[in-house]
Amino acid sequence: MALSRDDVAKLADLARLELTETELERLVGQLDLILTAVDSVSQAATAEVAPTSHALALVNVMRDDVVTASLPREAVLAMAPAVEDGRFRVPRILGESA
Amino acid sequence: MSPAPALLDFDRAMALFDPALGLEVHVELNTRSKMFCGCSTEFGAEPNSQTCPVCLGLPGSLPVLNRRAVESAIRIGLALNCSIASQCRFARKNYFYPDMPKDFQTSQYDEPICHDGRVTVEVEGRQIVIEIERAHMEEDAGKLVHVGGSTGRIQGADHSLLDYNRAGVPLVEIVTKPILGAGAQAPQVARAYVAYLRDLLRALGVSDVRMEQGSLRCDANVSLMPRGATELGTRTETKNVNSLRSIERALRYEIRRQAGLLVAGGRVKQETRHWHEDSGTTSPGRSKEQAEDYRYFPEPDLAPVAPDPEWVERLRLELPEAPPQRAAWLRAEWGFTEAEMRDVTGGGALDLVVRTVAAGAAPAAARKWWTTELARWANSAGVELEAVPMTAEQVAEVQALIDQGVINDRLARRVFEAVLAGQGDPAAVVRDLGLAVLSDGSALRQAVQRAIADQPEVAQRIRQGKVQAVGALIGQVMRDLRGRGDAAAIRQLILDELTSGQEAG
Repeated sequence: MALSRDDVAKLADLARLELTETELERLVGQLDLILTAVDSVSQAATAEVAPTSHALALVNVMRDDVVTASLPREAVLAMAPAVEDGRFRVPRILGESA
Repeated sequence: MSPAPALLDFDRAMALFDPALGLEVHVELNTRSKMFCGCSTEFGAEPNSQTCPVCLGLPGSLPVLNRRAVESAIRIGLALNCSIASQCRFARKNYFYPDMPKDFQTSQYDEPICHDGRVTVEVEGRQIVIEIERAHMEEDAGKLVHVGGSTGRIQGADHSLLDYNRAGVPLVEIVTKPILGAGAQAPQVARAYVAYLRDLLRALGVSDVRMEQGSLRCDANVSLMPRGATELGTRTETKNVNSLRSIERALRYEIRRQAGLLVAGGRVKQETRHWHEDSGTTSPGRSKEQAEDYRYFPEPDLAPVAPDPEWVERLRLELPEAPPQRAAWLRAEWGFTEAEMRDVTGGGALDLVVRTVAAGAAPAAARKWWTTELARWANSAGVELEAVPMTAEQVAEVQALIDQGVINDRLARRVFEAVLAGQGDPAAVVRDLGLAVLSDGSALRQAVQRAIADQPEVAQRIRQGKVQAVGALIGQVMRDLRGRGDAAAIRQLILDELTSGQEAG
C-alpha cells in the first residue's frame, strides 16, 4: 500500500490540518508503515472469518424512547466561543456561496 | 462568469431529452427523545435548551440507540415493500460544518436497515412503479440562522447562529433508484411520490410529516439524456424544496435550465443547488463532495443492529392499510365517482375530508368545500391544503349552519373568507358580521315591499300569472340584503305579498 504525498495532503485538508512540507514528508512515511501493519491482518483473514467492525460481539444495544434531562442552557452556551440570541455564534460560512 | 444560457421551453426540452429523477426524502421521526440520547425532540423549545454531551459531541460521551426509532425505520421499510437487513450497522460521515457539533453525522452507509423496495404511484391515471434503493437511519443536524445580508440567505451573511436542539433528532432517509421513463410527467411523478410517502408515513404514525416545518424534506436529483440514449446525464441535486408544489416547480425549472445549457452546447455541472420559493429559481450551492471525501467508517460506539425476525414479522402484521386501498374503500363508502375521488386525493384532501366527515358533515359537502373554496384559497396563498388556517371541525360547522338553514351557500363563502382571515369560529363570524339568513321578520318583508314598489311592471306581470318573472324581484331583494336572504323564502314572501295585494285590491 503506497501512500503518496498528495494523498496525505488531501487527507490533511479534509481533516482541516495545516501541515508543513516537512511534516507531510514525515507523515507519509509513518502512515505508510501503519497501513502496511494493518494490511498484514488480511493475511490472517480467511473465507470463514467475517470482517470485524466492532471489538465486542454485541448487537441490539438499545434504550427505551424516554426523555431524560438535558444540560442547563446556560452551561451549554457557556461552552460557545460567542453567543447571540441564545444561539452559538459562528463566523461567516465560506465556500458555500456561488 | 459568463451569463447562463436562457431556459428552454418545457415542451421543447421534453421533445429533446428524457429526464431521470432520483429522490431523497428525509423523514424526521416523531419519537419523544433523540436518536442516541434522551434529549427531548419537542419542536419550538428555547434554542439550545435540548442538548447534552452526546448530541453536542463532547469528549467521553457515548450514544445509545433509541429502540422506537429503529422500530419506526423497520415499519417504514416494510410499508415501502423493502427487505429488512438481518444485520446492519452505523457509520460516521465525516465533515466540518457548524450545524454538526460532533464534526461527523452518525448515519448508515454500506449496511442500511431497509433496502430494495418499491411503491406504485398514479399520475393522471397512469401507474408508475418507483423502486426504492434503501431507507436508512441517521440523525438530523442543528438549525442555522444567517445574520446580515438582505434575505437571511447564506450568501452575503455577516455571521451565522446555531440552535442545536434539532441535532440528533432521528431521521430516516428514503432513497429511490433512478426513475426513468416518466417523460414530461417527471415533475408530477416526483410530487405524487412525495405525496404518497407523506400519506403513508402519516398512516404509519411515525412522523408529523409537516413539510413546512421540515419534518419531511425532499432533495430532488434530476438529469437529462438525449431522447433514446441509455447513459444517464450529469445530475444536479436541488435542496430546500419544502412543499409538494415546490417539488414540481423546482423540477420543471431544473429541467428547463439544464436543457437550455445542453442546447447551447454547454455542460451540466454536478452540484447541489438551492431552490428559492420566491423567485421560482435554483442557484448553485457547495459543489458536491465526492463520497470518499466523507471518509465513512463503521461507528465504533454503536453495536450493530440485528432485528429479531419475530419482531419484524409482528411489525409487518401490524402495518396499517396502504393509502390506495384505504382510498378505494372510502370512495365506496362515500359514494364518490373516480374523478371526484381523484380531486380529493390529488389535492391532498383525503385526511381533511375524513376528519370533516367525522365532525358531522356529509361526505359530498366535505369534498365540495375542500376541493373548491379551500383549495382555491390554498392555491392563491401558495400553501398546502393542510396548512390552510381552518380546521376540519370548522368546515363541518359551516356545513351544519347551512344544513340548519342559518346561512346559505353564498353566505358560507363569506364565512369561509372570514374564518380564513382569522376572525374566529364560523358561528362567531356569522353572529359578529350579521351573516345569518333573514328567513323571516320585518327586514325581509320590507326588502320585498321595496322591490315590488321599485318594479311595478314586474309585480303586475306576476299578478297576471307570469310567476317566472319573480326572479327579477328575488335578485333585487338579495342585493338589498347583501346575500343574506334565503331564495326560497323570499320567493314565497313575494308571491304571498302580491297575492294578498290582489285580494285586497
